[in-house]
Amino acid sequence: MRRLSLAFPLLILLAWAAGAHLINNEFILPRLESVAGVLLDPLADRLGTGSLIENALRSIERVGMGFLLAAAVAIPLGIAMARFRRLNDLLDSTIQILRPIPPLAWLPLSLAWFKIGLTSILFIIFLGAFFPILLNTIDGVRGVKRTWIEVASTLGARERQILFRVILPGAAPTIWTGLRVGFGIAWMCVVAAEMLPGTTSGLGYLIMYAFNFGQIQLIIAGMILIGLIGLMIDTLFRKIEAKRFAWRELER
Amino acid sequence: MHGGSWNGEHGRQVGDQGMTSLRIDRLTKEFVTEQGEIVSALSDLSLEVGDSEFVCILGPSGCGKTTLLRIVAGLDQPTSGAVLIDGHPIDRPCPKLAMIFQEYSLYPWRSVLANVTFGLEMQGAAVARRQEVARKYLALVGLSDFASHYPYELSGGMRQRVAVARALAIEPAVLLMDEPFGALDAQTRNVMQMELLGIWEKTRKTILFVTHSVDEAVFLADRIVVLTKRPGKIREIVPVKKCPHPRDRTCRDFVEIRRHVLDLISEGSAD
Repeated sequence: MRRLSLAFPLLILLAWAAGAHLINNEFILPRLESVAGVLLDPLADRLGTGSLIENALRSIERVGMGFLLAAAVAIPLGIAMARFRRLNDLLDSTIQILRPIPPLAWLPLSLAWFKIGLTSILFIIFLGAFFPILLNTIDGVRGVKRTWIEVASTLGARERQILFRVILPGAAPTIWTGLRVGFGIAWMCVVAAEMLPGTTSGLGYLIMYAFNFGQIQLIIAGMILIGLIGLMIDTLFRKIEAKRFAWRELER
Repeated sequence: MHGGSWNGEHGRQVGDQGMTSLRIDRLTKEFVTEQGEIVSALSDLSLEVGDSEFVCILGPSGCGKTTLLRIVAGLDQPTSGAVLIDGHPIDRPCPKLAMIFQEYSLYPWRSVLANVTFGLEMQGAAVARRQEVARKYLALVGLSDFASHYPYELSGGMRQRVAVARALAIEPAVLLMDEPFGALDAQTRNVMQMELLGIWEKTRKTILFVTHSVDEAVFLADRIVVLTKRPGKIREIVPVKKCPHPRDRTCRDFVEIRRHVLDLISEGSAD
């Protein structure tokens, strides 16, 4: 299994190397070593926009802010919607209509409302992360066994204690899944949002800027870095999930 | 050696913590179905349970025995009538009564010890005291060595023992048990029954135990309250005290009582 999961990427690299050799045009498919050269020197300034690392950190910073903002709104709202039926009835249809709209479709409005800049980007990231977190929180809270709550109340727990000691830990694995999915979408959103006019940093910006200069090897290096960072963060989420929430899988 | 000394008189003895009286007074419970029909689950049911008494509530499925227990626990409200503990009416869960559920009710994200300390934690007891009390009751149910395990590492019988320890840890006067061994295999079930009698002997709790197993009721109870089919009313109260613990399932008295209760049940469900 392990070997197989490395075999395919290696095959792609081989095909790439062969393809680049045949095409022999850096503007269509740069050679492996030119992309590797960019990736292996992540601290070098690129086209005056800063280094790969600097731009990556800018993107991570933005996605982190937008994501935390989304979690801070979506988790309490999700708990409230799962607990209070009337609130759910009030909001559910609106959420179902807003949810399928791709976050990037909000960009024109975002620019109109918040102007070019950080706020606009954060708004897009917020929208990307918000719905998966909200819907998973609602699911998770609804999935908390009634018996767990009743046991707590027979043992003398008050409403607040039931919320923090039973409902939240009981729903935590599902909420965590929402956070993981939400972060994945937020990461896609930040890169896309950075490609749009008005930004001057971030991996998305770097890729678009490199395009103007025909620096295909820089574009591909940026894309690979985006993929690697996404994978790293997702792996981190999964590791924590396996450690903290193993009980969900082991429970019968 | 369980209870050769019991011989049925414990119901009248005064416990260390004073007497507890549990009175169920003319309880009626009606549900409204989705079609708008009114279904009567319990009808005018009265029962008095003595201090340290072990009472089994037995009846065909759908006779409202779980409803009865839930009302006593304060989890459901009766349509009319009242449940009184030491003269005070119960309208919400109260730490004098602890409930043990049929289904698996442990918190899977907490260790065994943390499950048992849960009640004291909710009541704001100091950490040292919580742990001390929890360890005492874990020892009582024979699970001292499993304090740091997680529920999914335990067998069904062990899980229910943890649930019993968790209920005992808040030191309630009354244990309410809703078919607690219903999901266990026959052999584990017998072991659990013996252990429960041992725990009862040591802790002197009043126990209200719902079951649909005649054998279980005759094996455990001082008195068996046999309910009729919906609406649940008391059909007969069968005393079992003349059989001393540990009861021999093959002795004459046991067999006779068992047959009598079986007759009551089958008549009840034949109507």
